[in-house]
Amino acid sequence: MNALREKARELLAAKTVQVVIGYGRGSGGSARAVFMRAPAQAAELIFDATCLQNLAVYLMKPEVRKLGKAALVATPAALRTILQLAAENQVADNSLLALAPVGEDIMPLATFAAIEAHVAAADHDLSAAEGAELGKFAAMGLEERRRFWEEQFSRCLKCYACRAACPLCYCTRCTVECNQPQWIPVPAHDLGNLEWNVMRAMHLAGRCVNCGDCSRACPVGIPLYLLNQKLISDVSSVFQARSGMAARSDNAMSTFKPNDPEDFIR
Amino acid sequence: MESEKRSIERGALSRLVEQWLSQGKRVLAPMHSGDKVDFAWVTSLDDVSLDHVQTVQSPKTAVFPRVEELFSFRSADGRVEVRERDLGALPEIVVLGLRPCDAAAMAALGAIFNWDAPDRLFSARLARTTLVTIACSRADEHCFCTSVGGGPGAVAGSDILLTDMGQGAYLAEIVSAKGREAARAAGPLFAPAPGMDKESRLATVAKAFSPDAIAAALERMFDAGGFWEEQSRRCVGCGACAYVCPTCACFDIQDEGGISGQRLRCWDSCGFGLFTLHTSGHNPRWLQSQRWRQRLMHKFAYMPERQQALGCVGCGRCSRACPVDMNILEHLRAVAEAKP
Repeated sequence: MNALREKARELLAAKTVQVVIGYGRGSGGSARAVFMRAPAQAAELIFDATCLQNLAVYLMKPEVRKLGKAALVATPAALRTILQLAAENQVADNSLLALAPVGEDIMPLATFAAIEAHVAAADHDLSAAEGAELGKFAAMGLEERRRFWEEQFSRCLKCYACRAACPLCYCTRCTVECNQPQWIPVPAHDLGNLEWNVMRAMHLAGRCVNCGDCSRACPVGIPLYLLNQKLISDVSSVFQARSGMAARSDNAMSTFKPNDPEDFIR
Repeated sequence: MESEKRSIERGALSRLVEQWLSQGKRVLAPMHSGDKVDFAWVTSLDDVSLDHVQTVQSPKTAVFPRVEELFSFRSADGRVEVRERDLGALPEIVVLGLRPCDAAAMAALGAIFNWDAPDRLFSARLARTTLVTIACSRADEHCFCTSVGGGPGAVAGSDILLTDMGQGAYLAEIVSAKGREAARAAGPLFAPAPGMDKESRLATVAKAFSPDAIAAALERMFDAGGFWEEQSRRCVGCGACAYVCPTCACFDIQDEGGISGQRLRCWDSCGFGLFTLHTSGHNPRWLQSQRWRQRLMHKFAYMPERQQALGCVGCGRCSRACPVDMNILEHLRAVAEAKP
């Protein structure tokens, strides 16, 4: 923590960055995002097991962007997000500084190449518990799976916390907001909820980096991570692709290749 | 009018729930769901959580569901036939185990829905809903009912207020005419309540601010853009706060079914950019900070001025549900301390 605070203080004092986006102490011992702009504020930064939010979500927010060049305290998932945003031309190389906590130390990563090297060396596989839960879900039959999601989505309020918390849901106009034609029913009834959640999962297929923030944000506790993890696993086996590993990469679901092995597209 | 004091044992309360259900009433009550407690339609008192501080959502769904049909329409032979809802066919609902803050919230909702023109659907739902509140024996750091005119044992808004007196006995304060009717229908399930005093059973919630001081401060802060940006920088602009709020009443109108279908009222939130987006592309609240300002202004300045009612009952749900820890109590303190 001291290394992080010292680094942040130094970056702000030298005006290398205009803002350090990090974690501070929040309500009831939780962590919350903080935006430090003066060297003296660096002392309030924390990094511990409560720091879960993917802070890369703020890279797309106008009120944060206008503060100037940012240093971002980045968990492994946030680093993958930065690379995915780069692959989608949403952030430019050398435009931000990632601060990756490594034990008690802090590793500044100034370029996409540095982030790629750091990410490549880390383990991004699901934990044993996550893998077991996903395995249980994947093993469900079609009918069982449909009932499972109908029950889960029946609680969806359409508050869009999943979308707002997701750093890769950055569209200025979401499909659910298009009404000429209306692709997705707006009301939070069974059909509207099913279509909304399936649409969001599919739009993140091949892009989601499994940070888990959609599920953490959901006020009614829908396990959205299961959809994302299943799609990550499918994209990996079908396309041998993994999002968030490289700053230049094709999007598995929206890239046309003339030598595509699938016949239906020709 | 002073509430009449009775008592009810847990076993009798359980039979009362059965009685309500056998009369065709729907019973909405807090239920455990995973690691959360939320309102759900229950079939027995055994389903009901009695040990939580607060539910994720408010019980406003009883009077303002997240989706409801306002009317249906049919187009044929160049004529449009509109069919109104049959208000008499709306379900009779008992909300059991809501908190005193939730009961107080019904008046705030009514102040909005019936402000200029009466909202017939909302009012019909409310008239068919009985509120059997359970007083708070515990509170957490997000509770602030006492700062906005309520209290852990406040009776306002409830039809019946139950207080857990220990050993499976509840003090039952019969508050309203609807409550008296419910108690009469329950007959001997309610017993006399000799010498029951609820005060020692109630949670302590310290006063955190004065709503008048907040309103006075807000009056000078509309143009304090820097303050609002600072306060809302971490807000990601979702609708979780509005959707779990017992008094948030914003809605969106959607037609479904083409030329023959239904007009639906759906929850909406002033926290969404789309909420104020004009057809021209202009958005009078184009920044999240302006939308956060609107949220506080509406509840603590506009509603007191226009409806003589506060738009907040201090339940703390928005703070608990917020994915980025926007703690409303903290933000209100910041308003009170701001030097614009």
